Amino acid sequence: MATTGDPADAPERGAGAAGAAATGGSGRLGPPSWLAAVFLLPALVFLGAYMVYPIVFSVYRSLWDADGLVFVGLGNYAAMFASESTFIALRNNVVWLVVAPTLVTVVGLLFAVLTERIRWSTAFKIVVFMPMAISFLASGVIFRLVYEQDPDRGMANAVITSVRDTVAPAASYPDARPRPESPLAEADGGGLALGEPASAGDTVLLPLVGVPNDTLPDGTEKAAEPEAKDGAVTGTVWLDFTRGGGGTEGDLDGAETGLPAMEVQAVRDGEVAATTTTRADGTFTLDGVGGGAYEIRLSARNFTEPYNGVTWLGPALITPSIIGAYLWVWAGFAMVLIAAGLAAIPREALEAARVDGGTEWQVFRRVTVPLLSPVLLVVFVTLMIYVLKIFDLVFIIAPGSVQSDANVLALEMWRVSFGGANDQGLGSALAVFLLLLVIPAMIFQIRRFRQENS
Amino acid sequence: MSGDGVPEAAGQGTAPGTAPAPGAGGAGVGEGAPRRSVGSRIVGRLGSGAVQVVLVLLALFWLVPTLGLFIASLRSPQDNAAAGWWTALASPSQITLENYANLLDNEAFTGSFWNTILITVPATVIIVVIAALAAYAFAWLEFPGRDWLFLGVVGLLVVPLQVALVPIAQIYGALGIFGNIVSVVLFHVGFGLPFAIFLLRNFFAAIPRDLLEAARMDGGKEFTIFRRVILPLGGPAIASLAIFQFLWVWNDLLVALVFADQTSQPMTRALQSEMRQFGANIDVISAGAFLSMIVPLIVFFAFQRYFVQGVMAGAVK
Repeated sequence: MATTGDPADAPERGAGAAGAAATGGSGRLGPPSWLAAVFLLPALVFLGAYMVYPIVFSVYRSLWDADGLVFVGLGNYAAMFASESTFIALRNNVVWLVVAPTLVTVVGLLFAVLTERIRWSTAFKIVVFMPMAISFLASGVIFRLVYEQDPDRGMANAVITSVRDTVAPAASYPDARPRPESPLAEADGGGLALGEPASAGDTVLLPLVGVPNDTLPDGTEKAAEPEAKDGAVTGTVWLDFTRGGGGTEGDLDGAETGLPAMEVQAVRDGEVAATTTTRADGTFTLDGVGGGAYEIRLSARNFTEPYNGVTWLGPALITPSIIGAYLWVWAGFAMVLIAAGLAAIPREALEAARVDGGTEWQVFRRVTVPLLSPVLLVVFVTLMIYVLKIFDLVFIIAPGSVQSDANVLALEMWRVSFGGANDQGLGSALAVFLLLLVIPAMIFQIRRFRQENS
Repeated sequence: MSGDGVPEAAGQGTAPGTAPAPGAGGAGVGEGAPRRSVGSRIVGRLGSGAVQVVLVLLALFWLVPTLGLFIASLRSPQDNAAAGWWTALASPSQITLENYANLLDNEAFTGSFWNTILITVPATVIIVVIAALAAYAFAWLEFPGRDWLFLGVVGLLVVPLQVALVPIAQIYGALGIFGNIVSVVLFHVGFGLPFAIFLLRNFFAAIPRDLLEAARMDGGKEFTIFRRVILPLGGPAIASLAIFQFLWVWNDLLVALVFADQTSQPMTRALQSEMRQFGANIDVISAGAFLSMIVPLIVFFAFQRYFVQGVMAGAVK
């Protein structure tokens, strides 16, 4: 390792020496230059056939129609911006370019800083870097499972709904309904309302049916009689159904269960004057109602379907969801590069800033980040190049029905040229457009390379 | 190029004196080290405990999705349709190897597994050989236009492979090799070369000049020097390149999607065709995806240092 370690450790010096050899006169010992051609030939053949020729041909092909028979000039490029599916792809690519590299770089920086002094940072880095080794297909399958809509199957929604249920348990009775001859009827703004208005001191009964026993929330108790209270409307919401028959409709028969966590409102002139929720035994107290009559209403919220989590794979959220998976794959890359940069910052610079009385945040903002900026730029530009060409993750994670909403240029290029549409003219135009987009990165790279080797 | 110093940061800090900052090697050392970095200050401020808890949660966030795929692959389609994979943690009786058994009986899938190997191994070997020859020429032979030619290679590094899909498909069609394994392998070689030449050239150029001059003085033929001096010294870089390239080709979907047909398709493409019925094919997809991950994961854990080095060298430099 010692011998092989050295050249690796001082590549810049070595590259400089090679550069000097090119211009210097020490070539006397060197072999003739035709020999170089022998060494280079296979590589040049491949580069010519697979990269240089295709670039030229793609530019040429993009000026012809789908079958390559009719010259259309820039028509394909015009079609690219006119067609709706390409436009969505362009728009999504912009979203990707703006969000993904920034997000991944920031997260990588955060991880690099957090792990800098942690004993098990190596283990952490290996875990976060691991997704770089597996295919986008596998990552895509992993996230399809994470993003399943049904909270019973998809992990993301399972976590979200269980957190939500813990923080704000909301009972919901999507099938609950009044009996036909019940005092309750459909209210104007949704939900159910009592036909008779009530005023302070009154007690009201709100019987419902249609709630299956096994869907009742845990801790439900037997329905209790409401107790009248001054200055408040009190009442009971309960399941007006006695098991095994018997009981009187609309009356509390002692054996029936209350419906807890129902939202009850006192409404006058369309304004909600008081709101409360029912207790475990179905009783409620609407405090703070003044004089006069109110309509007592069970709000519509009680009867909506239970919260089912986020529609990750729906048309609205599909791109952010895929960017989330992208972050999972690439964060390790950014973290490891930035951590290397962080380790290379001379600590004198940091100490000096601290001696000058800078707060930790100031030192980070004014010293660490500027010193890291070359590394951050490299990470950012590299990510941009890969983001521009993003294909597999979108193709795998977006279900067929929302693939058009998740579309990106690379996917559109494949779809147009090979995936059915078979318009290789438009496909070539899209490929050339992608190439144009990476040219700034190409220039950036060549300039950097020349700087480092001059 | 500081790329070669990077693996240090991947936690394998072995070679001393690599990084400019001597403190870098001490990243794993606990309290008392002289270096007071941003990280240490934040740790001090928030309490090391809080940071550790956050990092544990983050590590779980990175691990659990993969674990989910693995457990899902060990459950019957019925169980997977009924409830999430985590329920299997409470009732281990759900665990079954049936999905894997079915998959290994499925000739289309085992065929695609062999195809993946038949594509990946030759593509990797050819790239390494051709790139090593070219990199040697760029680093140690003199010829007119060398520097410009190499800048061209640097420029080609970022060319999106989409540019080549239509033109190469046409050539393959004309040659009658469209769809077979050779066509896929050659495409990977073509698009792997710029990076491979770039990585190896930078490494070769750093080999001490004296070594080469001495070998040339001794009258060594150029090809002998390449074989006896450069290749052994370039071992680590070649290993990085080979591992990076191996995983790159192994994991590819797009090239296979365009150029491979039913009989020559690799695993990624075979699995992709099942995605249309994700719910119904979850048994095939989960077990297949996990099988396709096993080789990359083994390679990653066995040669982690080299792989990180290869990936880092791929960053724009």
